Amino acid sequence: MKCQQCDNPAVFHITELEAGSVREVHLCEEHARTYLNQAEDEAGESAKAAGKGGALSTPLGVGEIADDLAALDKRCCDMCGITFFEFRNQGRLGCPHDYVQFERELEPLIANIHGATEHTGRRPTRPGVGGEAPGGTDALSAVIGMRRDMREAISREDYEAAKEARDAIRGLEEAWMPGGRGGASSPSTEGQP
Amino acid sequence: MRIDTLTDTIGEWLRGTGPESDIVMSSRVRLARNLAQFPFVSRATDQDRAEIERVLRERISGVPVGRGLDYIDVGRLEEVDRRFLVERQLISREHADAQGARGVAIDGAEQVSLMINEEDHLRIQCLHSGLDLRGAWEQIKIVDDQVERVVPYAFHPRWGYLTACPTNVGTGIRVSVMLHLPALVITRQIDKVFRSLHKISLAVRGLYGEGSQAMGDFYQISNQTTLGRTEEELVQQVADVVPVLIDYERRAREFLVRETQQNVHDQVSRAYGILRTAQTITNEETMQLLSRVRMGVLLGLIGDVKIADINSLLMRTQPAHLRKLCGSDGAGADDIERARYLRQHFEGGDASTRAAAN
Repeated sequence: MKCQQCDNPAVFHITELEAGSVREVHLCEEHARTYLNQAEDEAGESAKAAGKGGALSTPLGVGEIADDLAALDKRCCDMCGITFFEFRNQGRLGCPHDYVQFERELEPLIANIHGATEHTGRRPTRPGVGGEAPGGTDALSAVIGMRRDMREAISREDYEAAKEARDAIRGLEEAWMPGGRGGASSPSTEGQP
Repeated sequence: MRIDTLTDTIGEWLRGTGPESDIVMSSRVRLARNLAQFPFVSRATDQDRAEIERVLRERISGVPVGRGLDYIDVGRLEEVDRRFLVERQLISREHADAQGARGVAIDGAEQVSLMINEEDHLRIQCLHSGLDLRGAWEQIKIVDDQVERVVPYAFHPRWGYLTACPTNVGTGIRVSVMLHLPALVITRQIDKVFRSLHKISLAVRGLYGEGSQAMGDFYQISNQTTLGRTEEELVQQVADVVPVLIDYERRAREFLVRETQQNVHDQVSRAYGILRTAQTITNEETMQLLSRVRMGVLLGLIGDVKIADINSLLMRTQPAHLRKLCGSDGAGADDIERARYLRQHFEGGDASTRAAAN
């Protein structure tokens, strides 16, 4: 991931909690220093204001922020299993469903990158399948979770469950991608009694 | 496709034709797309990657593009062949260096390439020589529609096309032009120009995209945001700034000729002299000197060299091209081979280079 201010790699990943919402800032060392100095100056100003009786500017306890962050970082995607912490570290999401699962957390980050939170460009022409809004494909991304279930079933030698997962995957894929199997992995039957 | 057959041509980005091709080397549009039913590449298992590659390869093979698509299994290529495709701008450096199942489908004219399992499952690219962003966009739109008919792209009604990195989400489009700006470099105006581009949310990169050095005064200008504006608006954003940059570069070239002709003539002639006589020369120095000679030819300071020849040399003296052309193994002798190749060319000894460049 690149610094939001220049082309250097972002090495500081700062999460700002503002009025209950989360904002992510990704910066190189130089811009992080400028940014943090600014924040410190602002904090100094608000502390002065508080001294004049501004009760609202009481800072959150450090422990409280850390707890919120830890809880957020542990949240994981139901389909691919990536945690928000892993995403923050790598700068890459795990699967298309992350945009649904982490919608609230991603919104401020995306707004910061693009200055917008709504796609206005081209849309797929294919109709929605399985109750999905036109163009939306989240229902199909359920296959990612099913494939994980299938692999787990195979590893614990529960071939019945694996077969059920495989059939469900094939059903969904056939509905979305008619005319041939589109990626359902067959459970291996090696070692099956 | 046999990669060796590509050495007979010089590729689209250095073909050196099309509008404004004295400054605009090429125009490129790329789209990032993913299949809805798989994890993104960085989280995919080896088995997932193999399945993604199989599904896309099979389905793309039926898509009618230009004179037809050839598929290259990048995972099985030798390192020199992967580099070769990077030098021709047909795959990215990231794609060349990645691991696991991956490939690229290329059309015969080397204008369209579809990379499978790059950062996203599919990266479609259209590359046109000279200034032709509109043409590249119109072409990629058709390819994208055709692929969309046969695979379900991950799409969200609010976020648009879903990508592994949120910096590409929405349209997934990157619109870029490759510019040759030697006069702005010599007159030290280039940093000022880049700062103003940055202010209007345009990115400046080197020859091979993200994180690469600007070699031989070649710079890529591209859009930075992908969400909240239509593809046409984003194409227009880059298209609007190109005439301004062309104007700056032309004025800087005129200034050089008017105010410092003797000096610039000397620089260009020395560059030409080194290229014709050096016994060992690095890729970086070659690019830099060819860049200066290219400008010298365009300014009428060197008479007996064609721009097409310079473009051809810019491609063929890059490491992987040189290794394939000269059959060297790259074990330290590259710089000597490169110097020999350049001398032969300028002495008129290498007919194949001239023929292919014409």
